[in-house]
Amino acid sequence: MNDILPLLKKMLSAPGLSGFEGPIREIITQAWRPLTDELSVSKIGSLHGLKKGRGEDPRKRVLISAHMDAIGMIVTEIKDGFLRIAPIGGIDHRILPGQPVIVHGRQALRGQVVQPPGFLLPESVGSGPVKMSYLLVDVGLQPEVVSEKVRVGDLVSYAQAPIELTGEALAGHTLDNRVSVAATTLCLEELQNRAHDWDVWAVASAQEEVSLGGAQTSPFEIRPDIAIIVDVCFAKGPGATDWQNLPFGGGVGIGFGPNIHPALYSRFEETAKTLEIPVQKDLMPKMSGTDAMAVQVVADGIPCAVLGIPLRYMHTPVETVSLKDVRRVGRLMAAFIANLKPDTLDQINWEA
Amino acid sequence: MKSLIQKLVETPGPSGFEYQIRDVVRESIGDAADEIRVDALGNLIARKGEKAENGMRVMVSAHIDEIGLMVTHVDENGFCRFTNVGGVNPLTCVGGRVLFMDGARGVIGMGGVERGKMPKLTDLFIDVGATNRADCPVGVGDVCGFERPFMDLGKRMVAKSMDDRIAAAIAIEALKQLESTPHEVFFVFSTQEEVGIRGATTAAYGVDPDVGFAVDVTLSGDTPKATPKMVTALGNGPAIKVRDSSFIADPRLVDWMVKQAESAEIPYQMEVLTAGGTDGHAIQMTRGGVPAGCISIVCRYIHSPSEMVDTDDVENSVALLVKLLSEPIELG
Amino acid sequence: MTKKLEISASKAPQIGPSQFQLLEQLCNATAVSGDEHEVRQIVIEQVKLIADDVKVDAMGNVLVTRFGRGENRVRVMLASHMDEIGFMIVKKHDDDLFQFERVGGIDERQLPGKAVLVGRDHLPGVIGAKPIHQTTTSERKKKIECSSLRIDLGPEIGDKVQPGDRATFATRFEILGPSLRAKALDDRLGVATLIELLKYAPPNIDLLAAFTVQEEVGLRGARVAAYHFNPDMAIAVDSTPAYDLPTWDEEDQNTRYNTRLDAGPAIYVMDRGTIADRRLVKLLSRTGDEESTPYQFRQPGGGGTDAGAIHLVRTGIPSVSVSVPSRYAHSAAGIARIDDWANTLRLLHAALGRVTPDLLAGERRD
Repeated sequence: MNDILPLLKKMLSAPGLSGFEGPIREIITQAWRPLTDELSVSKIGSLHGLKKGRGEDPRKRVLISAHMDAIGMIVTEIKDGFLRIAPIGGIDHRILPGQPVIVHGRQALRGQVVQPPGFLLPESVGSGPVKMSYLLVDVGLQPEVVSEKVRVGDLVSYAQAPIELTGEALAGHTLDNRVSVAATTLCLEELQNRAHDWDVWAVASAQEEVSLGGAQTSPFEIRPDIAIIVDVCFAKGPGATDWQNLPFGGGVGIGFGPNIHPALYSRFEETAKTLEIPVQKDLMPKMSGTDAMAVQVVADGIPCAVLGIPLRYMHTPVETVSLKDVRRVGRLMAAFIANLKPDTLDQINWEA
Repeated sequence: MKSLIQKLVETPGPSGFEYQIRDVVRESIGDAADEIRVDALGNLIARKGEKAENGMRVMVSAHIDEIGLMVTHVDENGFCRFTNVGGVNPLTCVGGRVLFMDGARGVIGMGGVERGKMPKLTDLFIDVGATNRADCPVGVGDVCGFERPFMDLGKRMVAKSMDDRIAAAIAIEALKQLESTPHEVFFVFSTQEEVGIRGATTAAYGVDPDVGFAVDVTLSGDTPKATPKMVTALGNGPAIKVRDSSFIADPRLVDWMVKQAESAEIPYQMEVLTAGGTDGHAIQMTRGGVPAGCISIVCRYIHSPSEMVDTDDVENSVALLVKLLSEPIELG
Repeated sequence: MTKKLEISASKAPQIGPSQFQLLEQLCNATAVSGDEHEVRQIVIEQVKLIADDVKVDAMGNVLVTRFGRGENRVRVMLASHMDEIGFMIVKKHDDDLFQFERVGGIDERQLPGKAVLVGRDHLPGVIGAKPIHQTTTSERKKKIECSSLRIDLGPEIGDKVQPGDRATFATRFEILGPSLRAKALDDRLGVATLIELLKYAPPNIDLLAAFTVQEEVGLRGARVAAYHFNPDMAIAVDSTPAYDLPTWDEEDQNTRYNTRLDAGPAIYVMDRGTIADRRLVKLLSRTGDEESTPYQFRQPGGGGTDAGAIHLVRTGIPSVSVSVPSRYAHSAAGIARIDDWANTLRLLHAALGRVTPDLLAGERRD
């Protein structure tokens, strides 16, 4: 298996905010081109890669959905050379002051988020957290230059470079969900040397962080028989210790709850056991918070599985994962897919 | 165009009860469309043009519903309690007048609110002039719109339902002015936007467009202490939407719209809205996904009985829409 | 599948001992959203002899078709949800007590001191609370948070309960004079009603009955069911709260009762998810008037039914909802009136018999 770190680092350095996935899609396209038979882009920007199965036509279809979009910010106003911003996706404003960012204007501008002194803000703010609408971005240029290069609606992305920590841990922004794209890539690589009967549709989906837009639309086009959604899940960490949080580096989270077809859950659990891949039951009593929420209810319904890579500090610029878990997800998916026989769908039912 | 606007804004049509306003729209379109149909949710869909080789199926969506009220209880003295249809602000209700679909009228009163406190909808009631339950002309489930005449202030216009009848007026006008188009254009006058973008959801599925534009109002930032802070202002031209809280406009389409506005020398402004949704969401999310954008008309005092727009913005919006529909669409 | 049992369509369905027995079986079953297995089995068993087709789809909805006879039949979808609010076990603590999460909208204040049943084997357990002797005055002013509560199945429960298992309140069905008392009346009343309507389906329609999943977590099953059936019209049959209780302040009148017991089936005009198609509202109210079956209009406002998902599917589906009123929904036990249920069944049966293509021929109008 190839080392996934170079691809991952390349992906982490590329912008690709929700709704603006162009740059990241380009990188994934290059990575998937040699691994797939056909590549296409959906009308709203999701990347579809088809790797054909060896079974007879018509073949069953398995969809792998890993969203590629990133959270970030958008310029709402340009004031005296400073930028005011609003979020794209869920960002905790308390982690923003002092963050390095890139403003994607007529050219990419490096800058940082600044917290104005309290006496310049409404009195009610006091020494409490400062809302995003009060924060500014400073790109270090004179006001007239800023007005030339930036317009309302331009994007602002995190600029934190990836950091390799000890024990095969990687930190950086947008590991949610580029690590899942990396795992999907590993799966496609492994399938180069393994026979599989079903068609595999790998989808790097758009707009998960804002509307699940890619997940609602791509399956409508592809009409898969089953779907595997790969996303990050919550790892145990400071302040995150309850049942929702899985041990960091402790193996693949397999989602369990209303969004997930129980037969697919069991099948993944068994596959992992055979491969001796550590897994953890990731309980999702209501909604999964992933693309599965949308995929499951497309057209007349699609059975879904949800795989999770445990991740610390979600939606900050220093999200952290264990590369071991990334590789485990890739390997688990490949084995699962190779085990799908032409008649497997008959065993994926509700009356077991 | 002002007489069309007046007719549109003064016709009642709360979400789910758009039959009167739909008839007004149908009549205003006259024979300017090639075909008109109405779907299960009451969307009026007017088709114009044939798809040329470089053309597309284009959906333009302007919603014809407006916010309103629905009676939930008539008490023994004939007072009507009510619930909201769409986003109704209790503050702008008090002292207001309402018009029921069958012509009954009433005023909104308030009780039990301490001085200086904000009223809730449950503190309010409609008085239709009845003396008891038996002679009350309205019952549970009856719906009314706010009643307020159109006001022409010259450069600015004011009405209760500029949101979104001004867009309906713009779409009708554009439909009429559109002389040659490479596209098969579907002008959708959509229903139930104010209660969750419902009409456009089914209309978009039925039209199955290649690309779509919503036309709707957006907040202005040009009044004293406006919240949220916005750069949009009356008179600066149609706003090209980058995002709202329901969808992110297709960036390829946004760039193309900007280019078209510039080449036709139509003034425009960029819009980033952090609250509120539009039919663009429904278009983008239908079937396998559709590139969607939105032309916004900057509007003051949205969801009050006195929504204000700028006449030049309206005319420029018509010009921009006609321009967009006359050109082949390039998504880069 | 061929039809094996024919019941005369001219006969009207009745509520009698066998219907009570069916409702009891349904209410006592466990079917928390996402795990509707037990109710699904009961439904399939009940409908397999009368249906032309029975299908379980990708989400676990039971989709039942019973064709009518003759020309110009209208395809009518009826939807009732099989799932109920309940709990999922999320963690076993070292003291052999189990932490749980709520599934669906349950008020935390309804939890302490209740009996529950856990898992497919319905193992008995309790949700306890700290002794009052050991609580402080300030504690008693706060809600007891769900995250601090535990389910106790006794010290030797061992591995018989696992995280992921579902649980419900342990309330057993009973008849109290004119009333029904049970958990999950929302929406087993609807499920039982649909089963009866399938047995007595009028010949002028194709009856497409969707026994849906995951209503309580977002109307999810109904959406794909409606996409599958692609019907001409739809009626969601549910149970809705009756808040017909006294107000504290004697001078206030209760103007927010939603529905009232003994006032008959509740016809929806508008809720948070749907503005009903007035043609269907009128079909129902006219039927009630002509048949002298009592009905009430549910107060417009919040809440929602499967119709909220159904009416937005494909190019739009004219939809309405009818509910059996029930007090204390989403708690350990609701109370509904037998007569309201019987009248709901009667109203729906009579209304279905009146459905013709003309009903939907024109535009949606008031």
